[in-house]
Amino acid sequence: MDFFEIGLSHYLTLAAVLFTIGVFGMFLNRKNVIVILMSIELMLLAVNINFVAFSAYLNDLTGQVFTMFILTVAAAEAAIGLAILVAFFRNKGSIAVEDISSMKG
Amino acid sequence: MIVQALAFYLFAVILTLSALMVITARNPVHSVLFLILAFFNSAGLFILLGAEFVGMLMVIVYVGAVAVLFLFVVMMLDVSFADLRKEAMQYVPIGLLIGAVLLTELVMVYGAWAFAPGVEDSLAVPLLRFEGVSNSEALGRVLYTDYILAFQLAGLILFVAMIGAIVLTLRGRPGVRKQSVAAQHARRPDDVLEIHKVTPGTGS
Repeated sequence: MDFFEIGLSHYLTLAAVLFTIGVFGMFLNRKNVIVILMSIELMLLAVNINFVAFSAYLNDLTGQVFTMFILTVAAAEAAIGLAILVAFFRNKGSIAVEDISSMKG
Repeated sequence: MIVQALAFYLFAVILTLSALMVITARNPVHSVLFLILAFFNSAGLFILLGAEFVGMLMVIVYVGAVAVLFLFVVMMLDVSFADLRKEAMQYVPIGLLIGAVLLTELVMVYGAWAFAPGVEDSLAVPLLRFEGVSNSEALGRVLYTDYILAFQLAGLILFVAMIGAIVLTLRGRPGVRKQSVAAQHARRPDDVLEIHKVTPGTGS
C-alpha cells in the first residue's frame, strides 16, 4: 500500500475500520436500542463505501446503482425500527434491551 | 495526486473519529450529531471517488431524513440514558476481542486485494459506455433501463415502510372530542327535535 497513491485498498481498509466500529458499538451500547440502530447505520455506510470504491476502481457503474438500493433499505429500516421503538416506549416506558422480552413466552 | 491523497486522509480520519464518537458519546444527541458529521465526510469520499450523485444522495437521504429522524426520536423519548450505560463495560473486552479479530481478517483480505486478470471483459455496466456523460446522467440511464424492476421494488419497499411506520405509531386516544362528519350527516330532525304545543295563558 503506497501512502500517497490512493488505491482501492485504502478505501476497503477504511470501510473495514468503519464496519468494526459499528460492530464494537453494539457491544459498547448493549442496552441502548437507539445507539445500536446508529451502529447499524455505520455498518451500512461501510458497505456503501465498499460498493462505491469497487465501482470506481473497476470502472463499472453497477456498484453505485446498488448503493442506492442499500440506501433505500437503510432508510426503510431506520423508519420502521424507530417506529417500533416509539411504540414500545409508549407501552413500557423504557427502551432498555433487556426489557424487550414480551415475546419470549 | 497529492491533493487527492490529503483529501482522502482528511475525510477518512474525520469519518473514523466521528464514528468512534457516535458509539462512545454519553449524550445520544451528540451521537446523532456525530453521525451526521460521519455522513458528510462519507459524502466527501464518494465525490472524491467520482460518484457525485451517490454523495449528494448521502447528504439528502441520510442527513436530511434518517439522521433527523433519529434526532426527533432521541429528543422525543424521555429516557434516562445514564441508566442505560451502567454495567455496559463488562462486555467491552469481548467486544474488543471480536472487533480486533474482525478487523484483522478484513484488512488481511482487503490489504492485498487485486482484481483478477481479464475482469474488464465481464463488467455489467462498463463506464466506457458513458464517455462525456456526467455521473448523474449515466446513473439515470442505467437505473431507468437495466434496473427498472429493482428500482420499482425499492419504491415499493419505501411505500411499505411508510405505511408500517404510520400504522405502528398511530394510536386512538380515548377522551378526545373529534368532529365526526358521518354522524353529523346521519342526524335526522325526528331524532333530536321535539315540538311542544304551548297553550296560551297557562304558563307552561
